Amino acid sequence: MVDFITNFLSADIRTATPLILAALGLVFSERAGIVNIGTEGIMLTGALLGCLGSSLWGSSLAGALLAIAGGAIMGFIFAFFTVSLRANQIVVGMAFNIFAGGFTVTLNRLLLNGAKVAGFPKYPIPILSKLPIFGEALFNWPIPVYLAFIAVPLCWFVLYKTNSGLKIRAVGENPKACDTVGINVFRNRYGVLVFSGMMAGIAGSFVSMGQLSSFTEGMVAGKGFMALAVCVFGNYSPVSVILAGLLFGAADALKYRLLTTSIGGYYQFLNMLPYFITIVALCVFARRSNKPASSGVAYRKE
Amino acid sequence: MQKKMQQGFASLGFPLLSIFVALILGALIMMAMGYDVGKAYISLLNGAFGSRNSIGETLIQVTPLLFTALSYAIALRCGLINLGAEGQLYIGAICGSMVGAHISGLPAILHIIFILFTGFIGGALWGLIVGILKMRFGASELITTIMLNYIALEFVSYCVTNTPFKDMTKGAAPRMTSIIDNVKLPTILSGTRLHAGFILALIGVVAYYIFMWKTTKGYEMRVIGMNPNAGRYSGMNIKRNGLLSIFIAGGFAGLGGVIQIIGLTYFLTEGFAANVGFSGVAVALLGGCHPLGMIASAILFGALNAGGVKMQLLAGVPSASIYMIQGMIILFAVSRELFKWIRGKAKKFSGGVANG
Repeated sequence: MVDFITNFLSADIRTATPLILAALGLVFSERAGIVNIGTEGIMLTGALLGCLGSSLWGSSLAGALLAIAGGAIMGFIFAFFTVSLRANQIVVGMAFNIFAGGFTVTLNRLLLNGAKVAGFPKYPIPILSKLPIFGEALFNWPIPVYLAFIAVPLCWFVLYKTNSGLKIRAVGENPKACDTVGINVFRNRYGVLVFSGMMAGIAGSFVSMGQLSSFTEGMVAGKGFMALAVCVFGNYSPVSVILAGLLFGAADALKYRLLTTSIGGYYQFLNMLPYFITIVALCVFARRSNKPASSGVAYRKE
Repeated sequence: MQKKMQQGFASLGFPLLSIFVALILGALIMMAMGYDVGKAYISLLNGAFGSRNSIGETLIQVTPLLFTALSYAIALRCGLINLGAEGQLYIGAICGSMVGAHISGLPAILHIIFILFTGFIGGALWGLIVGILKMRFGASELITTIMLNYIALEFVSYCVTNTPFKDMTKGAAPRMTSIIDNVKLPTILSGTRLHAGFILALIGVVAYYIFMWKTTKGYEMRVIGMNPNAGRYSGMNIKRNGLLSIFIAGGFAGLGGVIQIIGLTYFLTEGFAANVGFSGVAVALLGGCHPLGMIASAILFGALNAGGVKMQLLAGVPSASIYMIQGMIILFAVSRELFKWIRGKAKKFSGGVANG
């Protein structure tokens, strides 16, 4: 039983971490009125860059930093096209995903070929990790996991208790009014997109280096879109995002659990579980609205 | 007249410009990766148009792309963003290939029509799920379509390895049962694999044009797509039109899948039409959801796909790298403001110098 709890919680947290990281970034960009379905592509690029950095410099930290930098650049480019040039956000996101699909495969064949690299090492927290039952599952993780859980209250604080957070939320609700009172809509939207790119980058690096420590083509497999669903399901708020992320993780953990049972032969149907839950979650929570009023609409300064 | 010509040039010139810019940027990226760009692009061009056979291969690629592009376009005209063509295509293909493999004794033409019909219905019902989730629960089709893609892919993976779907031949790779010889589409260009499905795709485009611009239903959909409120005030049923459009959209994607089976591969494998769904979106966007525009951009993307294979073979550049170029083409094609922006910056810069 103890083993079961440990395994289940571990699997849950492992799946939830990249979703939470990316979704936290998305909370900010969504709140500022940008729909970024390019997150999938940014995560995929992050997964590749993480492995690449790790293989070049022999350190997972270098890999993570490279992934974050790559994510920041992609976030900035996304902002340039959607904010400055007012291109359709969905289309730009699609273009990012298609581009990233080609880019990562090409670079992988050229430089990595799925080579094993140094993955994120685990850092057990002294004392806590020795607690019975939960210790191993909660307090013996690589840094990105701790980061995801620490980032939640931080993001909540920034979004709801600081001036910048207020500006970000205002920009998503009514950009024109913001402009009138001297809040720079463009700068805010650029900022949140770079931030969400960085979060997607590190989320991607955790996908490739969290457990397996090698890159396989197309390995993000919809996690970017799921992060978007986590963000919607979490009602665009950091604290609910963590719950949504853990629920999705639990679906995945359940899948692994069931694989070893008699219905394991139908594993394809178990694989559908997280996608299925995403759809159900969307249906249940679509009408709750922290969704900003100007979501998806480019702002034109007059 | 002159104004119309100017507009025509703008709507044609702009996509061409974005293709050009994307090709140049693609070349720069390949160069940075240390590939021989000249060799890559020449083999790409050769692989796409260099011979009768390569033209055939290009048009083979064009066929499913046109269907998924039409799928995206039909939904978009009614204001829905259908990113689910991939899943709809697979479900349609599964339904159609069951009919093609397990029924015999029908006259060929009837059988083929029956296969096309089931392929259409399979994809259409898969699309309809999205519509119902949207209209009933308000679930964003952006995410539901993509989730349904992954669910469909898992189902395909199940079908190719489990009874009653899988091919029972001893030693066969994971795949569904082959269709019977009777229903295989004939080739239309001798010496190539180009099949009659290409003509069906062109008929599909014509049907799209007639439906959208010559029928009342199509008119209603376009009004709703442009301005749902205008549609509502003039008494159009937004929900029913939305459902119908995603139903037809899914059906077109399903047709694309099943035609790929009876025209080209003859049995369904995992990844028998990989990436066709999202590339179709790109084709529709680049072609502006316009019938002729989509044909032109499908030929471009088909050429890139077909040429990419040759490029990998001869220049050693992974064929996946053409997706970089495709991504950039879409990016620039939707960024009309880019060139205005550059001009603005240039003016500012030169103005600054003159004043300084």
